[in-house]
Amino acid sequence: MSHAPTPSQTVGPFYGYALPFPGGGEVAPAGHPGTITVHGFVLDGQGNPVPDAIVETWQPAPDGSRAGLPGSLRHDPATGKVIGRNGVDFTGFGRAPTDADGRWTVRTLPPGGVPYICAAVFARGLVQHLYTRVYLPDLLDAEAGAGDALLKSLDTDRRATLVATRTDPRTYRFDIRLQGDGETVFLEFS
Amino acid sequence: MTARGLPAQPLPDGLTQQEIDAEVARAQAAARPGAEHPPRDYPPYRSSHFRHPHRSLIPLRDPEAVELSGPAFGVTDVTALDRDLTAQHTGEPLGERITVTGRVLDRAGRPVRGQLVEVWQANASGRYAHQLDQHPAPLDPNFTGFGRCLTDDDGGYSFTTVKPGAYPWRNHTNAWRPAHIHFSLFGTSFSQRLVTQMYFPGDPLLPYDPVIRSVTDQAARERLVSTYDHDLSVPEWSLGYRWDIVLDGPCATWTEEGDA
Repeated sequence: MSHAPTPSQTVGPFYGYALPFPGGGEVAPAGHPGTITVHGFVLDGQGNPVPDAIVETWQPAPDGSRAGLPGSLRHDPATGKVIGRNGVDFTGFGRAPTDADGRWTVRTLPPGGVPYICAAVFARGLVQHLYTRVYLPDLLDAEAGAGDALLKSLDTDRRATLVATRTDPRTYRFDIRLQGDGETVFLEFS
Repeated sequence: MTARGLPAQPLPDGLTQQEIDAEVARAQAAARPGAEHPPRDYPPYRSSHFRHPHRSLIPLRDPEAVELSGPAFGVTDVTALDRDLTAQHTGEPLGERITVTGRVLDRAGRPVRGQLVEVWQANASGRYAHQLDQHPAPLDPNFTGFGRCLTDDDGGYSFTTVKPGAYPWRNHTNAWRPAHIHFSLFGTSFSQRLVTQMYFPGDPLLPYDPVIRSVTDQAARERLVSTYDHDLSVPEWSLGYRWDIVLDGPCATWTEEGDA
């Protein structure tokens, strides 16, 4: 631990022509019958939607592998343009900018071995990104044993901010509240 | 009136640079000495006001956490041309051609290999190729300002680009961002993710900028400033800047290999 880290700086307002890529939120292989949709709003301390945020997700493959696969930003060799995933491999990585309504959407497969999808939020005004987790309630219910240690460590109100609402068998709503009432639990790793 | 004859948007409250400087001084005095990252609540950067959590972050030290692994990238994700921001159009962009080179390391000093580095920046006139940047500086049809590369076996990265210009922004009256290049980095784990900005040595705007000043520790702030490296300059071609990056945060290999 001898090297001092490079400080974080805000992603700013103008990453929109750089970081988003075609199919960034389409993590599931094309047409996969197990596809789930995870979506929600990013909201600021006044409850206003944040239209210039970007949400990244990372998760194990359905078989529990955490190795990931390359190919999220696959290039067309003729044009050099990013054309996105090949529709077959599960890379585990998603990147979903919010739209003008402040909403993000990822279509993926349920994670293997854990009941959550990892998320990082970046936005203008955020000097350092924020980590959270999207817990899928049906996966939590199916978990045997003692349950999730992080969720168990939180009081009821705070715990609820990490658990998505299942609105139909394949759709989950997960709002990210940056500040104030119902503020999402954010995590730090050290 | 702006240079194009359009009425300028009124600033929300017309704070002066002096008022921002006073807020910077207050935030500096209140900051934890030696803080390596900026406080998320940083009043001089006004956009942070409603966008920082009020609650403390929850520390997570679970060796089984998925965040200790991370996404993989490979040769399908990046082409060799992506690192040259001056070669993305039919003509050459205007501006001072530069190369920016460095290494990506973890906190133990080990190279971060085969990971994705993304950069984006304004053109030489200080204008982004983004619809929401409408300030009256010219766009350059030969410059988009976005590049990618994978780190090599030594953790090394390299980009060819043009030096970005300074540009005005609406944080306060007469607010100008110093020239900078945005960097997005992946480590070997999701918990090492970093988005930051690289600055240029000797930029007179650095003391006035609440974004770099959000890093309250001077030594940490200096780690955001690249070094001019004459040996990296290519005769008759480009000027060289060196900037090494150290990713914070744990990764799974620490527990496997120990804190060497």
